[in-house]
Amino acid sequence: MTELSIQATDLVRNFGTRRAVNGVSLTLVPGDCLALFGPNGAGKTTLLRMLGGLLRPTSGSAAIEGIPLPGSADVRARVGLVSHQTMLYDALTARENVEFSARMYGVQDARKATDEVLARLGAASFADVRVRSLSRGMQQRVSVARAIVHSPSVLLADEPFTGLDAAGASALTGMLAGLRDSGATIIIVTHNLDEALALCTAAAIMREGRFVRLDRAPIPAREEYTALYRELSVDAA
Amino acid sequence: MPPSPRVAPVHRRAPGFVGSTLAIARKDTLIELRSRSVILSALAFAVLAITIFFFAWDPTAVASIDLAPGVLWVIFTFSGLLGLHRSFGVEQPTRAMDALLAAPVDREAIYLGKLIANLAFVMVVQAISLPAVALLYNVPIGGYLWPLIGVVLLASVGLVAVGTLFSSMAVSTRLAELLLPLLALPFFVPVILPAAQATARLMNGRAVSEVSGYLSILAAFDVVFLVVCTLLYPYTLEQ
Repeated sequence: MTELSIQATDLVRNFGTRRAVNGVSLTLVPGDCLALFGPNGAGKTTLLRMLGGLLRPTSGSAAIEGIPLPGSADVRARVGLVSHQTMLYDALTARENVEFSARMYGVQDARKATDEVLARLGAASFADVRVRSLSRGMQQRVSVARAIVHSPSVLLADEPFTGLDAAGASALTGMLAGLRDSGATIIIVTHNLDEALALCTAAAIMREGRFVRLDRAPIPAREEYTALYRELSVDAA
Repeated sequence: MPPSPRVAPVHRRAPGFVGSTLAIARKDTLIELRSRSVILSALAFAVLAITIFFFAWDPTAVASIDLAPGVLWVIFTFSGLLGLHRSFGVEQPTRAMDALLAAPVDREAIYLGKLIANLAFVMVVQAISLPAVALLYNVPIGGYLWPLIGVVLLASVGLVAVGTLFSSMAVSTRLAELLLPLLALPFFVPVILPAAQATARLMNGRAVSEVSGYLSILAAFDVVFLVVCTLLYPYTLEQ
């Protein structure tokens, strides 16, 4: 039996009287890549933050590789997190940011791992530039490098294509495909259907805190899925 | 789509508590050395406060030796608060704290790393304001400099321990600038009182043995505040 990478059962999260996530259940195995779509306020980011151990569920349970969340340092070491905020330090250079993250994850040769991941994402040329001087797209590449420098077995990416130009998006897609093919499990929250559908093995649409549609491979063709997404999102609006 | 080369796994081991603590302290110190936002604002406050106290002082009514200890500790306290307010502020704009919390680092190591960096900033400000007060108020501190430094160091550990904890709690609130002093100042009192008393006695030329009791009180509060604040810090992060 294949070990589950991510298992969520009836996850609920309330903020005051508002229910952001309303009974989400999900199972993913190594090598799965789930594209998570949905209108603003659907609960996508909240779901990702719970799976990343940053938010405690109001009810329900979740586990990463069999370890219940919010978990110990052991489970946090297996997860990489990309947010629509860069989570970088403006006063530090790209290399210093990524290397600091590598040290926080206990990467043994932090400098070498940092240089490698920056090169893979096409960020080596500005590795020694302070983050505050970089464009949004460059910062996003560094942010992704920070999240994957420790080769996580689970990557939770919230709007990873934000601010990226075509070359940056292509480099990121290649990097994510490499991670997926290496057996990592990926969840991508995005509005970019093209990139996500090309990359992912499953797709879900969230609305009002629930999955209103979950497709596993084969995912419907792009045009069909776009129509479905529009229909479900327009209904929500 | 470009080819997708498999990503080679990197070798990891659990980051050690001391290593994580020092890495966080180093990171905060590096950020401060580059931005200088904390030290400059605290120093500007210290210089302005020393000057205002000096011009408001009537030397015929109050002897400098009676005024200087109070001035010193008012400056240490409020310049320290200015610096502490920024402690967790560096993580705010880009939510870098989320990245720290998602990492397999003990929460206590985050707190202690911040504390070490804050202590360094506070001591830099103190190293400049102490001789400035001595010079302006004509208080010769050479004869008891080391005991005085001992008092300042012990008091700083207690103040920074409490201030770092409350800075973490206040940073994400709308009224952080107001909330931090409101929360921290009552807890500063048990540290500032013996520190100011010991400083006054030393400046009045009393024997060092007379302040040893205050040093013990300060050391005791340091231990209590360090242990309690380190243990409480993870609970301030619960969401």
